[in-house]
Amino acid sequence: MNIMPSLYMRRRIVNATGLAVSMLAMAFGLFWLCWILWTLLDHGLPALTPLVFEQMTPPPGSSGGLLNAIAGSLAMTLVGTLIGTPIGILAGTYLAEFGQRGWLAPVTRFINDVLLSAPSIVIGLFVYEVYVIRAKHFSGWAGALALSIIVIPIVIRTTENMLRLVPTTLREAAAALGAPQWKIINFITLRAARAGIITGVMLAIARISGETAPLLFTALNNQFWSSNMDQPMANLPVVIFQFAMSPYEDWQKLAWAGALLITLSVLTLNILARVLFRQKAASH
Amino acid sequence: MPAENTANPKIIVPEIIAPKIIIRDLSFYYGDYCALKNINLSIAEKMVTAFIGPSGCGKSTLLRTFNRMYQLYPKQKATGEILLDGENILDKKQDLNNLRAKIGMVFQKPTPFPMSIYDNIAFGVKLYESLSKNDMDERVEWALRKAALWTEAKDKLRQSGTGLSGGQQQRLCIARAIAVKPQVLLLDEPTSALDPISTAHIEKLIDELKEDFTIVIVTHNMQQAARVSDYTAYMYLGDLIEFGDTSTVFTNPKRKETEDYITGRFG
Repeated sequence: MNIMPSLYMRRRIVNATGLAVSMLAMAFGLFWLCWILWTLLDHGLPALTPLVFEQMTPPPGSSGGLLNAIAGSLAMTLVGTLIGTPIGILAGTYLAEFGQRGWLAPVTRFINDVLLSAPSIVIGLFVYEVYVIRAKHFSGWAGALALSIIVIPIVIRTTENMLRLVPTTLREAAAALGAPQWKIINFITLRAARAGIITGVMLAIARISGETAPLLFTALNNQFWSSNMDQPMANLPVVIFQFAMSPYEDWQKLAWAGALLITLSVLTLNILARVLFRQKAASH
Repeated sequence: MPAENTANPKIIVPEIIAPKIIIRDLSFYYGDYCALKNINLSIAEKMVTAFIGPSGCGKSTLLRTFNRMYQLYPKQKATGEILLDGENILDKKQDLNNLRAKIGMVFQKPTPFPMSIYDNIAFGVKLYESLSKNDMDERVEWALRKAALWTEAKDKLRQSGTGLSGGQQQRLCIARAIAVKPQVLLLDEPTSALDPISTAHIEKLIDELKEDFTIVIVTHNMQQAARVSDYTAYMYLGDLIEFGDTSTVFTNPKRKETEDYITGRFG
């Protein structure tokens, strides 16, 4: 077969143009990302002293750290994940395994999609309205609750997607042995999708560990050590918000250190999630 | 003596001496689409029966009615009767789990569960029996030996079943199916994803397994049907065209359509 030279040239030019545009787009995106990371490291690394992990948030002018904020963030993220993950996995399992018939599953899926893209400040306001106002004070529980509402839709979505990736033949094989559906789901499909679901949970944790808006209205802040979840609780995002906006230089430094800490932990979680998922892909 | 088929008088159905399964006026629907039309057929006990025919002829559909696999999908339904030892398994009162304990199935693609080789086999057994650790060990070994996988797998029982080769995975699935000690074994194109050596392994296995089990196999490979089966059913577009003992169907088919298909002039 003869290849027309003009057609061939055209194809090469289109290819080269497409490639160039994509590379430019990538470079544009990476440029900002690198700039952000650079600024963070530049300001954050000098401020990231051992004191940050040893002392409480200080009043302006005296030395201090972020210990109470780190502990508060960890506690609320943990509780938020612990509340959100089981609900998310159960609902996602329902959607994937029982969602073929009836109207409930499509409606649930739609509402979940709305919740997934709901601005987090709305979720913060919601918890403020239904919990904080009734309890008459800000608290760590309220913060954890707001975070869990962010976790739920993410985990639902990933659980459903991962379960749908499990081949139907595997379900049929288990059903052909006479296994009841709850056993098929518990021991076969959830197991097969395990790595993917864990990845989803980790991404959800990464997402909530940087959320500020929902905590602003719920956990607020606390300048002192507090292990009581029923009291206002310090947390990294709100401390960063408050300290970075302040006119005091030592507060600003601490804010940079906190921002760097959050970024590094989110980065670690993301990388871990990827490694996990890749391992799963390799084993198949 | 051959008996006249009542539903479709053109088909001569040989009388099976000891039928394990008797199919009467079986029709099957995917929604409104009729995929099986009035099938009448008997499956001989402890023999191998092969279903052949071009893609879409309904042979897998027919096989999947025997363990009511279609029940997983709301829009599929079967009418007529399938008698297993005289009991109609299409009856609403039929307990599905008990039925599937009696009728095992192996699929086209190997489907090892995401667990160890040992647990793959124990999974099915645990559904019906609570065995001691020793008895379970014995059962696993028995099933693996029956499936000709013991020598290859005995040192890695705790390793994941997904780490085996394709042919080994398929034998694991056979071991898993027979570990439950079913009476009937359904094989849905069990070798179509395997290389010739693994295929030979499995065909040899089928020959040995028919001493204990009634076997029904769906295959695209006519040589395979000729090699492993005692009876052959040729199907086309949801109809059973011809059914008889394998040597007759392959050497002296009664219907022209069958002859065209097995000689490769069609399909």
